[in-house]
Amino acid sequence: MDSHVETLALREQFETPTQQKEASTLGMWIFLVTEIMFFGGMFLAYAVYRHEFSEVFSAASNTLNVVIGAVNTGVLLCSSYTMVLAVRSAQIGNRKALIVFLILTMLFGGVFLGVKAYEWNEKFVEHHVPGPTFHLEGTSMQGQAQLFFSLYFAMTGVHALHMVVGVGIMLVLLFQAYAGRYTPAYYTPVDVGGLYWHFVDIIWIFLFPLLYLIGRHHH
Amino acid sequence: MITAAAQERETYLNESYGIKSWLLTKDHKRIGLLYLGTITFFFFLGGIFATLIRLELLTPKGDLVAPDTYNKLFTLHGVIMVFFFLIPSIPATLGNFFLPLMIGAKDLAFPRINLLSWYLLVIGGCFGMYAMLAGGVDTGWTFYVPYSSTYSNTYVIATGLGIFIAGFSSILTGLNFIVTVHRMRAPGMTWFRMPLFVWSNYATALIQVLGTPVIAITLVLLICERSLHIGIFDPARGGDPVLFQHLFWFYSHPAVYIMVLPGMGIISELVSTFSKKAVFGYRFVAFSSVAIAVLGFLVWGHHMFVSGQSVYAGLAFSFLSYFVAIPSAIKVFNWTATLYKGSISYATPMLYAFGFIGLFTMGGLTGLFVACLGINVHVHDTYFVIAHFHYIMVGGTLMAYLGGLHYWWPKISGRMYPEGFAKLSALTVYLGFNLTFFPQFILGYLGMPRRYWQYPDEFQVLHVMSTAGASVLAVGYLMPLIYFVWSLRYGAIAGPNPWGATGLEWQTASPPPAHNFEETPIVTTEAYDYAALEAARVG
Amino acid sequence: MTEHIDSIKTYTIVFVLLLLLTLATTVTATIDLRSFNVVVALSIAVVKMLLVALFFMHLRHSSILTKVVVGGGLLWLGILLLLGLSDFVSRGWLRVPGK
Repeated sequence: MDSHVETLALREQFETPTQQKEASTLGMWIFLVTEIMFFGGMFLAYAVYRHEFSEVFSAASNTLNVVIGAVNTGVLLCSSYTMVLAVRSAQIGNRKALIVFLILTMLFGGVFLGVKAYEWNEKFVEHHVPGPTFHLEGTSMQGQAQLFFSLYFAMTGVHALHMVVGVGIMLVLLFQAYAGRYTPAYYTPVDVGGLYWHFVDIIWIFLFPLLYLIGRHHH
Repeated sequence: MITAAAQERETYLNESYGIKSWLLTKDHKRIGLLYLGTITFFFFLGGIFATLIRLELLTPKGDLVAPDTYNKLFTLHGVIMVFFFLIPSIPATLGNFFLPLMIGAKDLAFPRINLLSWYLLVIGGCFGMYAMLAGGVDTGWTFYVPYSSTYSNTYVIATGLGIFIAGFSSILTGLNFIVTVHRMRAPGMTWFRMPLFVWSNYATALIQVLGTPVIAITLVLLICERSLHIGIFDPARGGDPVLFQHLFWFYSHPAVYIMVLPGMGIISELVSTFSKKAVFGYRFVAFSSVAIAVLGFLVWGHHMFVSGQSVYAGLAFSFLSYFVAIPSAIKVFNWTATLYKGSISYATPMLYAFGFIGLFTMGGLTGLFVACLGINVHVHDTYFVIAHFHYIMVGGTLMAYLGGLHYWWPKISGRMYPEGFAKLSALTVYLGFNLTFFPQFILGYLGMPRRYWQYPDEFQVLHVMSTAGASVLAVGYLMPLIYFVWSLRYGAIAGPNPWGATGLEWQTASPPPAHNFEETPIVTTEAYDYAALEAARVG
Repeated sequence: MTEHIDSIKTYTIVFVLLLLLTLATTVTATIDLRSFNVVVALSIAVVKMLLVALFFMHLRHSSILTKVVVGGGLLWLGILLLLGLSDFVSRGWLRVPGK
C-alpha cells in the first residue's frame, strides 16, 4: 500500500521521490522569498513615513488595542505550534493526530481572523478609516495620521488575505489527510503547506510591534 | 533523406491533436509555442501603437490625434511592449522550450505551474486589452503618482490589474527555472557544462523572483489609492510621490535586465555555433550574468535623479550605475574574443548576433552618459533616453530574440526557414532600426522632450527620418512572420543538427519527441566542445 | 533520505519561548528607551522569526541551498529597505532647499 501511494505521487518529470520532494520544498521556499519582497514594499512605505512623521504615527498607533494585538499574536503562534505538530504527525504516520492538528491550526487561524475583523470594525466605528470621515483626536496632522492607518489597513489586510488562503490550503490538506494520502514516505504537501503557514505567522511577528507598539511608553 | 517511417515519427507536435491537447498541455515545448503565439500578438499590437506615434510625429503640429489620445498611444505602446512582450519574450518562449532540453531534463520542475503561468499572461493581457478598448490609459507606462492615483480619468485600475496578473506569470516562470536548473540536470551536466543560455535564463529567473513582487505590491497600493482614496501617495496628506517612484523602479530597473539577459544568452550560443568555437572565457560570461542580475538591483535611483530624491542618494545610485556596465562589457569582450580566429559563417542568426553586439554596445555606452548626474539633468525625459533604451531593447533584445528564433526554428518545427529572405529581412531590420533610432539621440540632445505630441519646426527633419526608419523596420518584422509560417509547409526538412552545433538540444530529433530524449543523456563533454564534436564526426 | 524528526519537547520549548518573547516585547514597549525602543522591538521580532524559521520551518535541518535562498531573500529585503530609506534619511543633509 505504501509503495503504491509513493509511486502514484511521483510525477513523470522527476526521476526519484527524493528529487521531487527537494524540488517541491525548494519551490515553496523561493515562493516565500517572493512574498518577503511583496510585503517588503509595504515595509518600505511604513519605514519612510514613520521616519518622517514619528509623532503622529505614535499617536495613531496608541489607538490600537495592544492587549488584543498581543493576544492575537499568541493565537497565531499557537497555530504555528499546532501546524508543526501536524507535520510531525505526518512524518511519523499518525493520521489521526495529523487531522486533529490540522483542524486546530485552522481553528486558531479562524480565531485570529475573527479578532482582526473585530479590530477593523473598531477602527470603522472610531472614524479611523482614511477618507472623508477620518478623524484622529489630539493631532492637527490629520493627513499624516491617515498615512498610518492606510498602512495599517493595507498591511493587515494583505496579511489577512494570506491567512484566508492559508486556511484554504489547510482545508485541502485536511481532505487529503482524511483520504489517507499522506504517509511517512510522502507528506510533502503538508510540509510545504506548513512552510507557507509559518511564513504568514512571521509576517505578523513583525507587524505586531511595528503597528501596535510605537511610542507606548507615554502611558 | 526522409523516409515515410521518419515522417510518421512521433514528435511533441503530433503526439496528440486537438485544442484541449494544447490548452491543457504540460509539455514545456507546447507551452513555449503557446507563449510564442501570445507574445507575437502583443508585439504587433504594441507595434501598431508605435506606428501611430511615429505617424503623429511626422509633422510638428499635433494634427493626427488629440493630445489626450497621444498620451494613451505612448502609454499603451510602453505597457504592451514592456509587460506583455519583452518581459515574457525570450524566457517564456525559447527558455521554456530549450532549458529542459539543454540540461537533459524531461520537462521543467513544475509543468502545471508552467501552464498556469501562460494562462496568467493571457488573463493579464485580457485586462490590458479591456483597458485599451474601453478607452485606454494615459499615465505613461511608469504610472507616476499623483497623476495616476488621483487625476487621470482613464483605465488605470484595469491596466494595473493586468500588469499585476502578468507579473505572476513572470514570477512563476522564474521560480520554475530556478528549481529546474538546481534539481533536474542530467547526470554529468555540472553547472559549468551548462550552455550559457541556461546561465542567462537562470540569472534572469533570479531577477524575476526577487523584483517582480515589488511592482506587484506597488500596483496594489496604487489601485487601493485610486479606488479607496487612502492617501498613501497623496501629497496633500503627507504622502510622497517619490516613494512611488522608488517602489516602481526597484522592479522596473532590474526588469530591463530581465529583458536583455536572456538575449545575451542567445548571443553566446550564436557566436559560438557560427564561429565553431567555444565561447571565450565561459566562466566569466556565466558569472557576469549573475553579476548583472545582482548589481541591477542597486541602481534604480538613476531613473530619479531629477525627481526630488536626495543628492546623496543620487550620488550613490550614479556611482553604482557605472558598475553594472562592467559585466555587460565583459560579455561583449568575450563574444568578440570568441569570434577571433573562429570559422565564421554568416547565416541569418549570426547576422542578428552581429547586429546585437554593435547596437547593444551603443545602447550600453549611452547608458553611461545618462548615468552621469550632470548629463542626466540635460537629457532626462528627452528622446536621448528613448533612443538609449530602444537601442538595448530593440537593437539588443529583439535582435537576439529574432536570432534565436531563426537559430532554433529547425529544432522547433523540423523545417528550415528560407535563408535568402531571412538575410534580407535581417538587413532590413538593421537598417530600419538605425534610421529610426539614431536620429533620436540627436533629437534628445537638442532638447526634444519625450511624450510630446507636437514640437518646434526645427526638429522635423530628424523626426521624418525616424518615421521613415520605422516603416522600414515594420517591413523587416513582417517578413519573418510571413516566411516562418510559410516554412511550416514549404520549408526544407531539417535534420537534428543543421548548424553542426554542440548542445544537448541538437542531439535529439527535429522536432523533438514529446519526452525530449529517447534515453536520459549522460554528459561527458564540456560546453561548446567543438573539438570533441569534430572528433566524433570524423571518428 | 535521513529525516530529522524533532521531538514534541523541542517544539514546545520553542513555542513557549515565542510566547514569552511576545510578552517581553509588549512589556518593553511601555518602558521609555527613546530611540532604542524600536531596536529592541525589532530585535525581539528577529529572534522570534529565527525560532520559527529554524525550528518550525526546519531550516536548521535544511540544505545549504535552502539557507542561501532564505538568506538571499532577507538580503534583498535589506537592499530594498536600506537603499530606499537612504534617500529619505539623507534629504536635508546638504542644506540646499529641496535637496
